[in-house]
Amino acid sequence: MACLDTYDPGDFYDELFQAKGTPRPAAAELVRRIQSLPLKELQRRQEAAQKMLFKLGVTFNVYSDNQGTERIFPFDVIPRFVPYSEWEWLEKGLKQRIEALNCFIHDIYNDQKIIKDQVIAREAIETAPGYLRPCMGLQPPKGIWCHITGTDLVKDQDGRWYVLEDNLRCPSGVSYVLENRRVMKSSFPGFFDALDIQPVDDYASQLLEALLNLAPSNLSDPCVVVLSPGIYNSAYFEHSFLAQQMGTELVEGRDLVVTDGYLQMRTTKGLRRVDVIYRRIDDDFLDPQAFRADSMLGVSGLMEVYRKGRVAIANAPGTGVADDKMIYAYVPEMIRYYLGEEQILPNVPTYLCEDPKQREYVLAHLDELVVKATNASGGYGMLMGPHATAAERAVFAEKIQADPRNYIAQPTLKLSRVPTLIDGQFEGCHVDLRPFILYGRDVYVNPGGLTRVALRRGSLVVNSSQGGGSKDTWVVKEGTC
Amino acid sequence: MLSRVADSIYWMNRYVERAENVARFVEVNLNLLLDTSVAGMTEQWEPLVTTTGDRDRFKARYGDASAHNVLKFLTFDSEYSNSILSCVKSARENARAVRETISSEMWEQVNSFYLWVKEAANTEISAEQLYSFYPEVKTASHLFAGVMEATMAHNEGWNFGRLGRLLERADKTARILDVKYYILLPSVRDVGTPLDELQWIALLKSASAYEMYRKRQRRVTPEGITKFLILDPEFPRSIQFCLLQAERSLHQITGTTIGSWCNSSERTLGRLRSELEYMTLDEVFDMGLHEFLDKLQTRLNTVGEHIYEDFMAVPLAS
Repeated sequence: MACLDTYDPGDFYDELFQAKGTPRPAAAELVRRIQSLPLKELQRRQEAAQKMLFKLGVTFNVYSDNQGTERIFPFDVIPRFVPYSEWEWLEKGLKQRIEALNCFIHDIYNDQKIIKDQVIAREAIETAPGYLRPCMGLQPPKGIWCHITGTDLVKDQDGRWYVLEDNLRCPSGVSYVLENRRVMKSSFPGFFDALDIQPVDDYASQLLEALLNLAPSNLSDPCVVVLSPGIYNSAYFEHSFLAQQMGTELVEGRDLVVTDGYLQMRTTKGLRRVDVIYRRIDDDFLDPQAFRADSMLGVSGLMEVYRKGRVAIANAPGTGVADDKMIYAYVPEMIRYYLGEEQILPNVPTYLCEDPKQREYVLAHLDELVVKATNASGGYGMLMGPHATAAERAVFAEKIQADPRNYIAQPTLKLSRVPTLIDGQFEGCHVDLRPFILYGRDVYVNPGGLTRVALRRGSLVVNSSQGGGSKDTWVVKEGTC
Repeated sequence: MLSRVADSIYWMNRYVERAENVARFVEVNLNLLLDTSVAGMTEQWEPLVTTTGDRDRFKARYGDASAHNVLKFLTFDSEYSNSILSCVKSARENARAVRETISSEMWEQVNSFYLWVKEAANTEISAEQLYSFYPEVKTASHLFAGVMEATMAHNEGWNFGRLGRLLERADKTARILDVKYYILLPSVRDVGTPLDELQWIALLKSASAYEMYRKRQRRVTPEGITKFLILDPEFPRSIQFCLLQAERSLHQITGTTIGSWCNSSERTLGRLRSELEYMTLDEVFDMGLHEFLDKLQTRLNTVGEHIYEDFMAVPLAS
């Protein structure tokens, strides 16, 4: 018997247990099934699953690591459980958020009504590093800017969901969702038989549709490509995986060239026109003529072709402005302004250090708050107040005062936990959730998403670059479980 | 298809085939050794290094051509680009760059191949284990070719892969024959002795050619073997077979009919293939076997260069 009986959820919201020995009613059947397996057997399946991922080459590259550079994202076989009723609500909230964000991006690069109506200050937008002047006046096909989004959600101690951050530039992680599911299916086929787990496998088809939606309608066989920085990029596996699943070419900047006013790729039979790019490189690197002149990854002249509507780019250049953590704080107002609705999914309460009053509060409460650089991601540039030393807090206080626009602060959330197999026993580990949202003809949300789990004891940081792992996320219809 | 992708598939196959052939070189020598003590002949490892064409690099790094040094150099030396370890690593790097184009099964095979060789390189392998290591390298290479045959569409990319594999194999069969030439050199007086026959049989076996040869030629003679490995149109490791099939793939890619040509790759490969077709064994020996093989390898290199220019290095239109 797997010893979940003695598992103690502690002072946290646990996704499977409401108290020691008492599973949440919705998850009771899942817990019973896990319980029915001996711990040794679970461990064996865990090891087999990890081996399978390694063999499949589901790896990520570590920038700072000179050794061979490929690692698998550690994987835990105990699934993250989301009841379907909760999921329906999340889905609605995510769709609302993406629609509002898309309106916002289109607005600020065109009419700038939201600035004129004084909902957001011009300065707040123009100081965001993701805001790109060369994108002014762009009219992407069908008015869609953020085709692919990964929104990070967390659950606090009270069991309420919050949006932690938006990732609109080129969010990664969806390949793990698909491969984790594949591994779980072969590790626990019985569970899938018994529970009504929402399938995730149509993601690649949905993505391809969203991309084809952008091609000019007069083309019978538009050429869609995935643009990757190449095999040394940390997410290279995912780029190649998605290209393979969609049956499109995977290209690098050096395969592309702008000639005769079109974007073309070098093939064994000469040049061929490209109609839609799913780009997995940052805005800054897309086109050395328009952005960073030293970029080796992009294509010279691409933005000019894009501006003329001769190639579509997903996500559109410029969407990164919405990844800024200060802009994030305004999303509730955007929803009100563009959609005339109240937000469904709440933000984490956020203090803007730029505002003198809020800054004062932040500086006085550094030992309680999490401070984040507004333009950083991947768990970098953060101060976890309660865990930091006085010296570390002093350093951050100075940083905040030197450049207040660059920082926000949020209360330290007690992220929810899920039992996780570590060294042969169950430990409660903190998790977050990144669902993937596609904006094609309609807005589609892949059921579930990537659950990242902090594998270091007590750690709240779930990023793969900081010792995090992942779990399969099961959205389960009630009544079956 | 993308030029870069074609190039990667081509090299992925060349490297797998190269690793297999290094294993073949070594294996033939290891097997010979088992008999040489009986026949009172000394161990010969230097010819193996010589035929790789990288003799100077070996001398600089290792000096003495002892069994241990040569085996390490050819098998597990990560700094030598044609060692089995390096070949399999390069094959995998190329596969990784085109994972979306090849089948998952191909990737898995080349990935496990690499992980297995890497593990072997990191653990001290005993001399006994080496005897089973090299045959397993061959098997892994065969598995890869078989998986590619059975799971990848026989499209342009597949033809580029096949082209790479066959050109590499033609080159290596030439080198395997050359090894024998070097081993024979210092002991011309052994020609026709039982030991000589053992050596020729070992050579055939290293090209997996022994049984097929027997069916075709019966008696083991140097002339018969040379003819078989160079000119036989049906045996899959003979040079002529490789050229015929490589030419087929090349013409599948371009759509030109065989017998005509539309670029330098087709012209140089077609010319080489037809020359061999009309060549007699006497002509080969008149030229000298070593000289013939040497020239052949140079011409195979030229074909490879033309393939690169014609398909991979697409010039910019602007």
